[in-house]
Amino acid sequence: MTDLEKLREKFSEWVNEVLQPTIKKAPEAKPRFLSEEGLEIKGLYTPLDTEGAGWDYLSKLGFPGAYPFTRGVYPTMYRGRAWTIRQYAGFGSAEDTNSRYKYLLSIGQTGLSMAFDLPTQLGLDPDDKLAWYEVGKVGVSMPSVNEMDLVFQDIPMDKISTSMTINATAIEILSMYVAVAESRGISRSLLRGTVQNDILKEYIARNNYIYPPRPSMRYATDLIIYAAKNIPKWNSISISGYHFEEAGATPAMEIAFTLADAIEYVNWVLERGMNVDEFAGQLSFFFAARTNLFEQIAKFRAARRMWAKIMRDRFNAKDPRSMMLRFHTQTAGVLLTAQQPLVNLIRTTLQALAAVLGGTQSLHVNSYDEALSLPTEESVKLSVRVQQVLLYESGVIDTVDPLGGSYYIEWLTDQIEERAWKIIDEIDRLGGMIKAIELGYPQREIARAAYEWQLRVERGEVPIIGVNTLVEEETPNIKILKVDPKVRERVILRLEQLRKERDSMKVRDTLNELRKAAEREDVNIFPYIYEAVKHKATLGEISKTLREVWGEWRAPEVY
Amino acid sequence: MSLSVSEAVTQTKSVRRKVLVSKLGLDGHDRGAKVIARALRDAGFEVVYLGVHKTPEDVAEAAVEEDVAAIGVSILSGSHLELVNDLLKLLRERGVNIPVIVGGIIPPEDVGELKKLGVFEVLTPGTPLKKVAEVFERACEVSGT
Repeated sequence: MTDLEKLREKFSEWVNEVLQPTIKKAPEAKPRFLSEEGLEIKGLYTPLDTEGAGWDYLSKLGFPGAYPFTRGVYPTMYRGRAWTIRQYAGFGSAEDTNSRYKYLLSIGQTGLSMAFDLPTQLGLDPDDKLAWYEVGKVGVSMPSVNEMDLVFQDIPMDKISTSMTINATAIEILSMYVAVAESRGISRSLLRGTVQNDILKEYIARNNYIYPPRPSMRYATDLIIYAAKNIPKWNSISISGYHFEEAGATPAMEIAFTLADAIEYVNWVLERGMNVDEFAGQLSFFFAARTNLFEQIAKFRAARRMWAKIMRDRFNAKDPRSMMLRFHTQTAGVLLTAQQPLVNLIRTTLQALAAVLGGTQSLHVNSYDEALSLPTEESVKLSVRVQQVLLYESGVIDTVDPLGGSYYIEWLTDQIEERAWKIIDEIDRLGGMIKAIELGYPQREIARAAYEWQLRVERGEVPIIGVNTLVEEETPNIKILKVDPKVRERVILRLEQLRKERDSMKVRDTLNELRKAAEREDVNIFPYIYEAVKHKATLGEISKTLREVWGEWRAPEVY
Repeated sequence: MSLSVSEAVTQTKSVRRKVLVSKLGLDGHDRGAKVIARALRDAGFEVVYLGVHKTPEDVAEAAVEEDVAAIGVSILSGSHLELVNDLLKLLRERGVNIPVIVGGIIPPEDVGELKKLGVFEVLTPGTPLKKVAEVFERACEVSGT
């Protein structure tokens, strides 16, 4: 009798003699335990669920820093280098944001993450009629290179890494950053950071697009190619699942849609004649961490293993760096409650733990007051402290992938992976992600999952403290951050000044050159946008030029 | 004592139940708006879903053109006071009395402000769909009066 057969026999003995009599006497809390993915979770996992299922350590897990990277992308993980504490921040004018960044660095943040206001994300100057309501509200207003200079006043751009949540105007914003750094004598080859540049997920979930999908893909591809050749330490894209999760996606959907987007980007860059190992090391990822601890950890591990397979088998990558899924994590904003807001601190702590046990490279912890407004300095400090407690006090960093080999975690990882492959197969069958988006497939799946989740909450199947259980009468007593309404005037005044002082002939010339480059398909538009930015063309002027050539996208509404 | 959504439907058949749901402003987070649109549809409302990036002008114009009985707008960007103020102004200018319901990330102190401006109801995160349907139901009842 093999060890496994013996185990199987002993296990069924235990079920019959110990488990069943117990359940008969004291039934479990509910007839079925379902994960957020909808997986039925058993009461106990044993080697029968791993080895018994034909499971092989070397092919499933291997070692950290080596294929298939299930246990982590680096051999020593946090023993060697802590994850980057990177809180997403930015509001009001450049001065407000500069002082928030300095505050964050002073309390121990180790990287910056820039939030831009909606006009900046949509290529509108603050004095545009459409921008009026939104200047400086959800991020900093960034109409010109001068504003970028102010944001980074007294911040060492050669020492800090900076992440930027910017997509439809990613080249403009990255150009501003590069131009400011070079004006301070810092070469672009030294700059470290990330630009989100993930336009596909905007069509699926976040809706901050400008141009139609195909010219937008050309724009994103131009950035990836330019960065590969000129800004080698920069992550040229952060392929994002976070926004799918926020819009309602299940864990398997989140990673499947993200990886399907990634496949589309890689195909577009290859199409332009690049070798996969020339750019794939600069691709990075971004996921959400929910409170459902184990399934989230499994999700991160499954995503890592899948990306390694995709890069090796589908794209024939040779460089291990091309196969590494390096990712940023943000705790799930949708799980914050406006009710009993301090309870959010407990939720985000668990979410952050999931990200760390899942092997994240950088982390943003939401603040407890964010279901009500932008976070205050006090609430942000607690978010940083959550990360520091995990890092310094919890001991979770002492060994790599501490949950690896847990029968339950490995079973969950396999299950999430299997479900995600099925979704990717479906997208392949539809003809790739752009086709799938045009058909509304991911949008529909996410909207359906969001609605089903809401119905589960309302039926009480998903308990949420303060919302559908343990509800308290409460009078809101919380300090709210308000953006100074004078920000708009201040930013617009400076913009008018800039328009007066700059060499307007030069601006017109660079915009004309940009227009010609956009009309052709065989040139990279990055250097043209960079020239315009450097000569103080505004974000709105550059976007307007591109809109005139490429048109604007109006989404079909699916709900 | 609250009615179930289907009970509410059968009791108030005479009320015209055509509503408009839209995002207002440049904010693209449309999960809430879509879930509300779908829940209202499932509760028997006729729903016109306008989508994202809509200005107060877009919403006012569509509301009049579609002749809806109530308007729901979702805003998560913090620009709710100015956006809603302008929407209400435009509706008044067009001489219609269509109740406006606001949803999204709204700080507690702004809820009163919005109501003072003339908003029918403010629905913040965590509001049960049944309550949402009831609020739209009540809005439809008083519409045009």
